[in-house]
Amino acid sequence: MWTSILIAVLVLLALAVVFGGLLGYASERFRVEGNPLVEEIDSLLPQTQCGQCGYPGCRPYAESIAEGGPINKCPPGGEGTIKALADLLDVEPEPLDAEHGVEQEKRVAVIREDECIGCTKCIQACPVDAILGSAKHMHTVIESECTGCDLCVEPCPVDCIDMITVEPDIRTWTWSPPTSGIIATDRQGASA
Amino acid sequence: MTQLWDFPGGIHPEENKLQSTGRSIRHAPLPKRLVIPLQQHIGVPAEAIVELGQHVLKGQVIAEVSEGTGVPVHAPTSGTIETIARLPVPHPSGMEDWCLTLIPDGEERWCQRNPIPDYRNLEREAVLDAIRNAGISGMGGAGFPTSIKLRPPRDRKVSTLILNGAECEPYITADDMSMRERASEIIDGLKIMAWILRPERCVVAIEDNKPEAIAAMQKAVEGTQIEVVTIPTKYPSGGEKQLIQILTGMEVPSGGIPADIGVMCQNVGTAIAVARAILRGEPLISRVVTLTGEALTEPGNVEALIGTPIANLLADAGLEDVYLDRLVLGGPMMGYTLNTPDVPVVKTSNCVIAASARELPAPEPEQPCIRCGMCAEACPMELLPQQLFWYSKAGEFEKAEHLNLFDCIECGACSYVCPSSIPLVQYYRAAKGEIRVQQAEQIKADRARERFEARQARLEREQQEKELRRQERAQAAAEAQARKKAEAEQAVAQGDAKDERAAKAALVQEALARKKAKTEAPPAADVPDRAELEKQLAQARSKLETMQSMLEDAKAQQADNVDKLERAVAKNHERVKRAEQALADAGEPAPSNE
Repeated sequence: MWTSILIAVLVLLALAVVFGGLLGYASERFRVEGNPLVEEIDSLLPQTQCGQCGYPGCRPYAESIAEGGPINKCPPGGEGTIKALADLLDVEPEPLDAEHGVEQEKRVAVIREDECIGCTKCIQACPVDAILGSAKHMHTVIESECTGCDLCVEPCPVDCIDMITVEPDIRTWTWSPPTSGIIATDRQGASA
Repeated sequence: MTQLWDFPGGIHPEENKLQSTGRSIRHAPLPKRLVIPLQQHIGVPAEAIVELGQHVLKGQVIAEVSEGTGVPVHAPTSGTIETIARLPVPHPSGMEDWCLTLIPDGEERWCQRNPIPDYRNLEREAVLDAIRNAGISGMGGAGFPTSIKLRPPRDRKVSTLILNGAECEPYITADDMSMRERASEIIDGLKIMAWILRPERCVVAIEDNKPEAIAAMQKAVEGTQIEVVTIPTKYPSGGEKQLIQILTGMEVPSGGIPADIGVMCQNVGTAIAVARAILRGEPLISRVVTLTGEALTEPGNVEALIGTPIANLLADAGLEDVYLDRLVLGGPMMGYTLNTPDVPVVKTSNCVIAASARELPAPEPEQPCIRCGMCAEACPMELLPQQLFWYSKAGEFEKAEHLNLFDCIECGACSYVCPSSIPLVQYYRAAKGEIRVQQAEQIKADRARERFEARQARLEREQQEKELRRQERAQAAAEAQARKKAEAEQAVAQGDAKDERAAKAALVQEALARKKAKTEAPPAADVPDRAELEKQLAQARSKLETMQSMLEDAKAQQADNVDKLERAVAKNHERVKRAEQALADAGEPAPSNE
């Protein structure tokens, strides 16, 4: 009887060693570089790189969220981003932390070009290289690349940068969902 | 009898076509001002190539698309360009867009026309270019540039060319009347397109509620291979995908185009435009528009110049303002309400309904969905309208997309049958728009990330380069200092340092060198110190000099130590030689004695 027990124990032991080795090898061989969660979170953030969350860019903020930090510090993303993050991380969505700013309409920076002195300060501040110009020459914002982060407004010594709300034009317009203000019985009552 | 198939779903709304088929197509009078939008179709807007105040001829190109999907815009009549401005255009948003305005001079003077009646002797590309240069885009609805549509991908052979004369939407009769009155022109256009595509089969499909049009077309195709097929009246049989299904039994794959299954649909109006462009050399500057609705005393079809304000057309058709409740552009199923009659006719405007309040009443308020499933039965695309509605309303766009939201053709059949009067199509349109916006934002965010990361990498690289340069500079400075030190020492050793300052500096340098030598003792051990060698040499020379002078003195005095002194001088000579040799070995030529 002892032999059979011994055999069973040895067999299990051998199996444990084999599978342990396999798993150990696989974890080394197929190691995932970096934290994949950070990538996923980063892809949900609006990439304005504005730093309103208190981190130097979207990726550092994504890293802090991956480590369990709050998900409600991103004003440019607003409620939509918070909801998407909550879905991804399976946590309760929270209202936007007003300490970091409020959700605003989409904006772009526009330089009043005749006032620009060509100091290049805004160019250095722009996180996405969306401002074009060189020293002592007029600068201008590449509108299609501007994320509306605000970071160029503060450094401008002559205050010639405006943040302009992007108005929907005929090419970006989309149908809005129907609004039903009243219910059917109200209307019948009103017309009767 | 040609075999026909049926498509799923569909509805039979009241046709309301008789109102506008009583009169033949009239020519709309020339308005006082034409408003020509620069974008009249899908793709990129055209750019004006005329100047303000410039006089243009009828058919002259006034706006051109230099790159991208688009066709040029032509002057609908001769006259003067008045302004280029943002004006209301026919668009569901009711927004303004860039338009050219033209004041007609009433002379209708044509520019040079280049008809090519012998197009069969030309290259197909040349004919396609002529179609493009005539500004032709699809006149059925979406308005896709026809020359691009007629160039299917090389691996897609179009075996069936369909001329869509179904015109299934209520009220609209523009195609019906065109087929009755311009059948031969339509067939000419169809022949040109068939010559370009070389299909095996060429079909004209007409709903069975248009017997006159069918008769006219049958007469026109006599003696040709073109078939005229009568299809049962059912909305939306005129939808491209539905018509293909009726005629061939095949379904266009989701997200694909008809050319993927070897079929192409063209509109009746497009065929007329193609015939005029090739056979008469006339660009697309007018189209047939149905004017109908209870608020008009003389409903009918008119041939209107592109750019004619709809208000003019309505006035001409006897608009009675008191009855007008709603102005709809397009049909009652897929059209949209116009906020103002001041918008112009464009290449895709096929119908204007001036409806009374009784005719197109405001929609009933939306009631809750009762899950009756009638919408699913009516859907010609076999989608699940209910589910799409829930997901669109709740903003769960991913699930809506998963249920093929983008296959919805927005025909409105589901809304039509809904007993709770839910404006389903509006929800789908909003959801589609929202999804497209999100996709665009995602693309922009990705690009912003790329740019941000590129910038970070660039800053880091610059920092590294700066660091590298700093190190190089430091090294160069150290070398220069060492060289200077060596030179100074040399000068001291030569005894050239006549003035005190130089001597002092040399002493300091020497001290420094000694100290350095001490701290760097191990590497300096096997390499003989140059300074040391020079010192030795100098010492040896001065000794030799004294010895020589002593020897000369002794010789002069005839002293007995002359032999000794001579040996000493020889020894010193050797010493000097050794020192010189050592110095030469150290790398530098020995300093001269002078």
